[in-house]
Amino acid sequence: MIVVFASLMMAKSGVISAQNPQPVNATLNASTPIAATQALPDRSQPDATGSSIGASGISPPAKVTSQPTLSELANAAGHNTVAINFVWTLVAGFLVFFMQAGFALVETGFTRSKNVAHTMGMNILIYGLGVLGWYVCGFAFMFGGLATLPTLGGFTGLNSEFTVNILGHPFGLLGTHGFALTGAYDVGVFALFLFEVVFMDTAATIPTGAMAERWKFLAFCIYGLFIGTIMYPLFGNWVWGGGWLSQLGTNFGLGNGYVDFAGSTVVHMVGGTIGFVGAWMLGPRIGKYVNGKVRAIPPHSIPMAVLGTLILAFGWFGFNPGSTLAGTDLRISVIAVNTMLASVAGMVAATLWMWRVRGNKPDVSFICNGTLAGLVAITGPCAFVNSQSAVLIGLIAGILVVEAALFIDKRLKVDDPVGAVAVHGVCGAWGCLSLGLLADGTYGAGWNGVSGAVTGLLYGNPSQLAAQCVGVATCGIYTAAIAFVIFKFIDLLVGLRVGSQTEVDGLDIPEMGVGGYDGGYGL
Amino acid sequence: MWRRSTRAWNVSEWTRPRSKESAPQGGEHMKRITAIVRREKLDAVKRAMRELGPGMTVTDVKGQGRQKVITEIYRGSEYCLDLLHKTQIDIVVKTEDVERIALAIMEAARTGNIGDGKIFVSPVEEVFRIRTGDRGKSAI
Repeated sequence: MIVVFASLMMAKSGVISAQNPQPVNATLNASTPIAATQALPDRSQPDATGSSIGASGISPPAKVTSQPTLSELANAAGHNTVAINFVWTLVAGFLVFFMQAGFALVETGFTRSKNVAHTMGMNILIYGLGVLGWYVCGFAFMFGGLATLPTLGGFTGLNSEFTVNILGHPFGLLGTHGFALTGAYDVGVFALFLFEVVFMDTAATIPTGAMAERWKFLAFCIYGLFIGTIMYPLFGNWVWGGGWLSQLGTNFGLGNGYVDFAGSTVVHMVGGTIGFVGAWMLGPRIGKYVNGKVRAIPPHSIPMAVLGTLILAFGWFGFNPGSTLAGTDLRISVIAVNTMLASVAGMVAATLWMWRVRGNKPDVSFICNGTLAGLVAITGPCAFVNSQSAVLIGLIAGILVVEAALFIDKRLKVDDPVGAVAVHGVCGAWGCLSLGLLADGTYGAGWNGVSGAVTGLLYGNPSQLAAQCVGVATCGIYTAAIAFVIFKFIDLLVGLRVGSQTEVDGLDIPEMGVGGYDGGYGL
Repeated sequence: MWRRSTRAWNVSEWTRPRSKESAPQGGEHMKRITAIVRREKLDAVKRAMRELGPGMTVTDVKGQGRQKVITEIYRGSEYCLDLLHKTQIDIVVKTEDVERIALAIMEAARTGNIGDGKIFVSPVEEVFRIRTGDRGKSAI
C-alpha cells in the first residue's frame, strides 16, 4: 500500500513541503522525510484550543519529530484506527458489565424482601464465578478457533478449532487455544476477552431471576462454575467462534450462515432457556399455586425494578453498538438508534397490551418487562434492519412478552418470579427469527465468509430465514438439554432447592446469615 | 367567627341509645382476642375467620417467647436474633363467640413447633361503629 501511495506521489511529482522543497525529479519512498505543513508549534506555550497540535502528536511518534516519514504516517494512521476500535470495544464492555447492577436491581425488586440478601448475593457472585470460569477455559472454548481479530489488531493465533467432518463438511465444535489466556498475550485478544466475558455474565445472571426465592445458594454456586466454562461457550463457539452454525452459509448455502449480531440467542435465549429448565425443575414457590389457582406474589420494590430496567437499557448501548468491535465502523449509530427504538416500542406495546387487553391498569412490571423484551429482540438483528423494522420488532416483542409471561405462569404453571423466561427466552428467539425476515441487505457483506450482505425474506432471500430457524432450534434444544443434565447433576450432588421452612422464613438468614434490610431481624 | 358544633362533641347525645341491647354493655359482653401467630400463618387464619366474621386488625410485631434465640455470625462476630417477627391479629367479638373463634385460630395457626404463638383475651369496655354511630354488640 505504501508503494502505491509513493508512486502516486511520484506521478504527481509535486512539492510536498513548504519548508524543505524537494527537487522536482527527486525519488520518493516510504522513508522520505515529510515535514509538517505548519511550522512546528512551541509546545512550551499552553494550547487552549488544541489547534497547534498536529503532526508532532502522532502515535507512535516519528523518529524526527519535525519530519515524519510516509511509513511513520501510515503506521500512525493504522495504529489510531485500531486504537479507536480498542477504546470503543473496552468502553462498551464496561457498559455491559454495568448491566450486572441492572439485573441485580430488577430481580431483587420483583421478589420479596425476605430474600433480598440471597437474590443480591447471587447476582453479584455470578459475575465472579462466571469470569473465572471464562478465564480458565470458557474463552478458549468459545474463541480459540476464531482465526483473526481484524478490527483489534489482527492477531491470528486463535486458530485452533476442534472440527468434525460430517457429510464432507467441516463442523466446528469447540475452540482449543487460549486456556487462561496462555499463548494469547496479545492486546487485541485481551480486549476481546473482556468484551465477551461480560456478555457471558449477562447470560449467566438471567437464570438467577427465574429461579429466585427457592434456589439453594450452594447449588447456584456450582451452576456458576458450569455456565462460564462450558454451557455458554459451547453454543457461542458455534455462532461467534467460527463453529458450525456460522458456517451454514459456506457449507450449505443458507444465507450468511446463522447470524446473531449481539446475542439475542447466544446470550438471551440461552439464559432464558436455562432459567426455564431450572424454574421447572425447582418447582414453584410455596404459595404460588394453591388449589389450582394462580396467586400473585407482588414485588417488594418497584423503585428497584424501574431503576434496574433503566440501567439495563443504558448498558444495552454498549451491548449492541459495541458488538461491531470497531468504533470506526460507523454503522454504530444505526445500531444504537435501532436499539433505542425497539426498547421504546416494546415498552409502549407491552404497557398498552397489559392495560387494555389483558388487564385493567397500567402494570409497572410490564412497563419494565416490555422495555427489556424490545431490547432482547433487537439484539440479534440490530445491525441489519432499518428503523421501521426496529420499531416493528420491538412492538411485537412487547406484545409477545405479555402473552408469554401469562402463558408460562398460568398454563405451563412454571413459576418465574421476574418474567425472565418470557423476556429473554421467548423474545430472544423472536429476535433472531425476525432477522431472517427483516434484514435489509445494507450491512454485513462477507459475514461468516459469505459474500453479499445479510438479507432477509422480505428483501428477497429466504435462505437466511432457514439458517435462522436452524440456529434458534439448535439453541433451544442444546440449551435445554445441557441445563437439564447439569441441574440434575447438581440436584443429586447437593440438592437444588431449599427446605420448605427455610423458604417460608426467607432465605436471608438461613442461607446467607444476614438480613437484607433490617440487620438480620427479618426472621 | 367559627361556631363550634356542640353536637359533635357531645357523644352521648349524638349516639343516643336506641334499645336495651345497644346501651353501654361493659367488659363482660365483649372481648378482644389478640392472637400472635407466625407470619406465614396469616393466610390460614384469615381463611378460618371468613365464616366467623371478617373483621380484624393485623400488625407486624417482633417478640420473643420460648423460641430459640438464633445466633448468627456476621463478618467474624456473633450476633443474636432474639426478637423474631410475628403477626398480631386483633379481633373484637361477643363473649359467647370467644371459645369458637380462639379454637379456629389455634387450628389454623398451629404447626406443632415452638414459636407457634399465643392468644390473649381481654375485656372491651365499649365499641362504636364510626359510620353509623352504633354502639355495643351491634357495632361488632
